[in-house]
Amino acid sequence: MNLARFFLQNHSQVLELTGEHLWLVGWSTLFAMLIGIPLGILIAHRTQLNRPVLATANIIQTIPSLALFGFLLPVPWLGDRADRLAILALTLYALLPIIRNTYAGIRGVDAAVVEAGRGMGMTESQLLFQVELPLALSVILSGVRVAVVISVGLATIAAAIGAGGLGEFIFRGLAMVDNRVILAGAIPAAILALLADFGMGLIEKRLRPR
Amino acid sequence: MIEFRDVSYSVNGIQVLSGLNLRVAQGEILVLLGRSGSGKTTTLKLVNRLVAPSSGQVLVNGAPNDQVDLIRLRRGIGYVIQEAGLFPHFTVERNIGLVPKIEGWPEERIRARVQEMLQLVGLSPDLASRYPHQLSGGQRQRVGVARALAADPAILLMDEPFGALDPLTRDELQREFLSLQQRVHKTVVFVSHDLREALRLGSRIALMEAGKLVTVLTPAEFLTSSDPWASAYVRAFGAGLESAANRGTS
Repeated sequence: MNLARFFLQNHSQVLELTGEHLWLVGWSTLFAMLIGIPLGILIAHRTQLNRPVLATANIIQTIPSLALFGFLLPVPWLGDRADRLAILALTLYALLPIIRNTYAGIRGVDAAVVEAGRGMGMTESQLLFQVELPLALSVILSGVRVAVVISVGLATIAAAIGAGGLGEFIFRGLAMVDNRVILAGAIPAAILALLADFGMGLIEKRLRPR
Repeated sequence: MIEFRDVSYSVNGIQVLSGLNLRVAQGEILVLLGRSGSGKTTTLKLVNRLVAPSSGQVLVNGAPNDQVDLIRLRRGIGYVIQEAGLFPHFTVERNIGLVPKIEGWPEERIRARVQEMLQLVGLSPDLASRYPHQLSGGQRQRVGVARALAADPAILLMDEPFGALDPLTRDELQREFLSLQQRVHKTVVFVSHDLREALRLGSRIALMEAGKLVTVLTPAEFLTSSDPWASAYVRAFGAGLESAANRGTS
């Protein structure tokens, strides 16, 4: 009951921080898609590149998030604004699932189908946009889905460098030793993650090739 | 129409094809017969340059096929593969209309052509809006043939197109294919490992073994040939082959 009252009293701040949280996750996911999908397509066609690219994305993934935020802090321009920095870090973390699934999705397209298309005189870009990407789409989207869910969780840490988001409540609650405040950040973050997972799942199902 | 001039192909140090010399005449069905790994599919893919030879030349319509525009070359050659290679996310209509579409035909003409093709291969017009997974194996293979013929290419390459079908459906499709060929007169290169099919469909049979062309014979010659490989095939397939032979309807 205490918690409910806290939410009611602070609902405008909960909404504001949720908005900031979505801002961080939205931009970082968009950037990660803009970088990760073309990279995934590239390494699916130039297979000698897949090891270095996937290894790099893997290494980034292993850097503890708090440390990465710290490392990026002194970088000029980026360090000027905490949200820029947070978006960059979240983008880096979101890359791996997106690159890996794009790669797997395109490699998973039946080679006979692609060869039939090539044999009939489709150009490489026609093959990519009319055959490979549509058939790989649901696998690519499930990578994006994983990336979004990871980002929603990781974005709470962005508050540690002052980038805002629901992590503000969590860190404040930790400092105040007040569970209500922690939960005021944690519960909306969990709900966001579930909603994102559910929503992306619906899109994915609708776009799955028959 | 199609000519292989001293063509060899090797990949990763393995000689897949060596010293192939072969001419395919206009309007004939040349069957490339051989077992797995004999180089017959590679030979087929040399024509539309899905495979580029290590040495030698392949001439299509009199021109070396490495000196013409690759995309143009391929759009002028119909290609049918086992299991049809249909696009699973395209309807039957879009599958058949694929080459006309990428060739930029107007929508109306594509639609009319698709209907014409469905009729030609004996499929109901109602199937146009179906997806490949909603069709039977025989229907899919018919769509594959219709797709290959849609832009009216002079040459048709068929890689074991009926190989995955049950015997009854295969028989039906072979029969229909022969009568279809009476009407469309394509130059056909047909890959098969089935002597019965080769005898039935082929104007001539090119027998391949271990990357080499053994001999080229008409179906009637094949049955009485003293060539050791040819007679080994005849023995392996047993009695009753005579009735299967294409006695040159063309």
